[in-house]
Amino acid sequence: MRRRYTLASFGRFYLALMLLFLYLPIVVMALMSFNSSPFYRLPIDWSLTWYSALAQNSRLIDAGLNSLWVALATTGLATVLGTAASLAFFRYDFKGKKVLQLLLFPPIAIPWLIIGTSMLVFFFWVGIGRGLHAMVLGHVALAIPYVIIVVSARLRSFDPHLEEAARSLGATSWQTTWRVTLPWTAPGLVAAALFAFAVSFDQFVISYFLSTPGVSTLPVEIYTAIRKGFTPEINAVSTIIIAISMALLLGVARFYRFGGER
Amino acid sequence: MAQVTLHEVSKVFGRLKALDRVSIQFEDGEFYALLGPSGSGKTTLLRMIAGFEILDSGRITIAGEPVEDKPVEKREIGMVFQNYALFPNMNVFDNVAFGLSVRGTGAAETKRRVGESLELVQLVGLDQRKPHQLSGGQKQRVALARALVTRPRVLLLDEPLGALDKALRVEMQIELKRIQRNVAITTIFVTHDQEEALTLSDRIGILNNGRLVQEGSPHEIYERPTSAFTARFLGDANLLRGTVRNGFVELADGTRLSSAMPPGAEGTPVVCAVRAEKILLESAGGEALGQGENELPARVISHIFAGSSLTYLVGWRDETLKVHVQNRGFEVIPEGAAVRLSWPTGDTVVVQP
Repeated sequence: MRRRYTLASFGRFYLALMLLFLYLPIVVMALMSFNSSPFYRLPIDWSLTWYSALAQNSRLIDAGLNSLWVALATTGLATVLGTAASLAFFRYDFKGKKVLQLLLFPPIAIPWLIIGTSMLVFFFWVGIGRGLHAMVLGHVALAIPYVIIVVSARLRSFDPHLEEAARSLGATSWQTTWRVTLPWTAPGLVAAALFAFAVSFDQFVISYFLSTPGVSTLPVEIYTAIRKGFTPEINAVSTIIIAISMALLLGVARFYRFGGER
Repeated sequence: MAQVTLHEVSKVFGRLKALDRVSIQFEDGEFYALLGPSGSGKTTLLRMIAGFEILDSGRITIAGEPVEDKPVEKREIGMVFQNYALFPNMNVFDNVAFGLSVRGTGAAETKRRVGESLELVQLVGLDQRKPHQLSGGQKQRVALARALVTRPRVLLLDEPLGALDKALRVEMQIELKRIQRNVAITTIFVTHDQEEALTLSDRIGILNNGRLVQEGSPHEIYERPTSAFTARFLGDANLLRGTVRNGFVELADGTRLSSAMPPGAEGTPVVCAVRAEKILLESAGGEALGQGENELPARVISHIFAGSSLTYLVGWRDETLKVHVQNRGFEVIPEGAAVRLSWPTGDTVVVQP
C-alpha cells in the first residue's frame, strides 16, 4: 500500500510537470495578450489594447478569414471523400485493396516540407499554380488519409449484418448508407472532420509554399509578421484561436461520448 | 407468400464447392428447415435466396418469377439474422417501421401496421425502447416483427434461436411456430440444431458438403434415413456393417438382421442403422445368449446419466454401441455385465454407407 502511495504521488508530480510543460507557454501568451506593455513588463497592466489593435489589422483579419474558408472547404471535401473511401474499403473486396490501404500511411509520415515542395512543383507543372484554391487542394490531399483512418476505425466495430438487414427490408444501397451506416458512423465523422479542420487550419509549410503575396493564411501571416518584428497582437490572435479550438474540442469530446454509446 | 424453387444451384468459393447442384422446392406456406453441420452450405443457400450471394449457375424463382438478377431490396423477402441485427440508433417502433418507411408508406398506415406486427409477436408497450434495453427474447421478437411488417413473400431465418439460452429457445420455438402458422408465410429456416429442425418444420432438407442429402418430413427423415450421414446426424444411430444373404443382412459374426424394406441384391455389402432408443436392453444374467434375428449379445462398458434417460455404452465384438433407456427407476446394470440387445424388424434401416 505504501509503495502504491509513493508511486501515485510521483505520478501526480509527473502529470503536473507535463501539464505545466504543455500549457505554461500558452498561459503566458494569453496573459501577455491582456498586458498593455509590449515588453512583457510585470505586473500586468490589464488592457484590451492589443485586441483593439488586432481589430484594426486588416492583414491579420483577412489572413484569418482565408484560413477559416480554406479549413472549412478542406473539412467538407476531405470528410466527404474520405468517408466515401472508408465505406468502399469496408464494403467491398477488390484487387489492390491492401496496397491502397497501405498507401494511406506514407503521406502522414513524409515531411511536409517535401510534400509542400512537390505540390508546388506539380501544381505549377499542371497549371494550377498558387493561391487559396491550390491550398484547398493540398490540404484536402493531406487530410484525406486522416479521415479514412478515423472513419475506418469506427466502421471496424460496425456490424455488416445491419446493412444486410436494411437491404432485406427493401432499402436501396443509398437509403442503407444514409439511414443505417452513417448515423452509426457519426461520432467518427465528427472526429474526422475535426481532424481535417485541424490539419488545414494548423498547416504552415504547405500553405507557405502555395500562398501568393498578399493572399495568405493565418499561420503564414503570423510567421511573416514575426519576421518583421514581434507585436503582442500576435498574442491576441493566438489567444482567440486557442479559446475557439478548446471550446470546439470540448464540445466534440462530449458529443463523441454520447454518440459512441451503442 | 409464395412458392420458392431452387433449380440446380451451384456456388464455388475458390476451390471449395459450397453448393453442388442443389434443387429444392419450398411449398407455399410451408416451414422448411435447412439442416446440416457447419460448412455444409446451408447458410450460403439462404443468403443466395436473399440475394446476398450470387450464384454461379442454376435458377431461383420466387412465386414463379426468376430472381437471380434481382438485387436484395427488390426480392420482397423478410430475414431474421442470428444476432438480430436491430438498428442500434433506432427504437423498437422505428426498427419495425424501417421497411415501411423506405417504401414511403404514410404515417397512419405505418403506425397501424407496426402496431399489428408488434401485436403478432406479443410485444406491446416497448415502442420507445432502444435495442440495447431489450432482452434476447425481446430482440428476437422485434427482429421477427420487423421482417414481417412488409408482408414479404418468403421469410428467411438464419439460426434465429442460436443466441438464446435453452429455456428461452424452447419458448421461442413455440412462438415462432405459432406466428408462422398465423401468417402462413413460406419460411426457410437454417439451423444446425437437429431438435429445433424436428420440432419446428413441416419438412427438413439435410445438407452435407454442399449437397442435398435427403429431404422429407421430420418423421420420415428420422425414421427412414437413407444415408449413414443422415442417420448419425439426426439423433443417435448405431451403424452395423453386413452383407445381404437370403433377404437378411448378415453381420460379421453371423447374426441375421431383418429389415422391413428389402435390403438389396444378394451379396452386396450394406450398412444398417439402428436408433439407440429403439434397442431393448436386457440383463442376460448367467444364461447362454440365444441368437435370434435382430438380437446381439453384448457387454456393458459404461453408462451416462442424463436425468430422464440413461445411455449405455455397450461392446459388441470390437464395436461400441449406444442404447438409450428411459429412467423408470430400474436398477442400473453394472459395468461388465452381459446383456442382450434386441429390436423390432422395422427398426433395422438399411442406409447408404
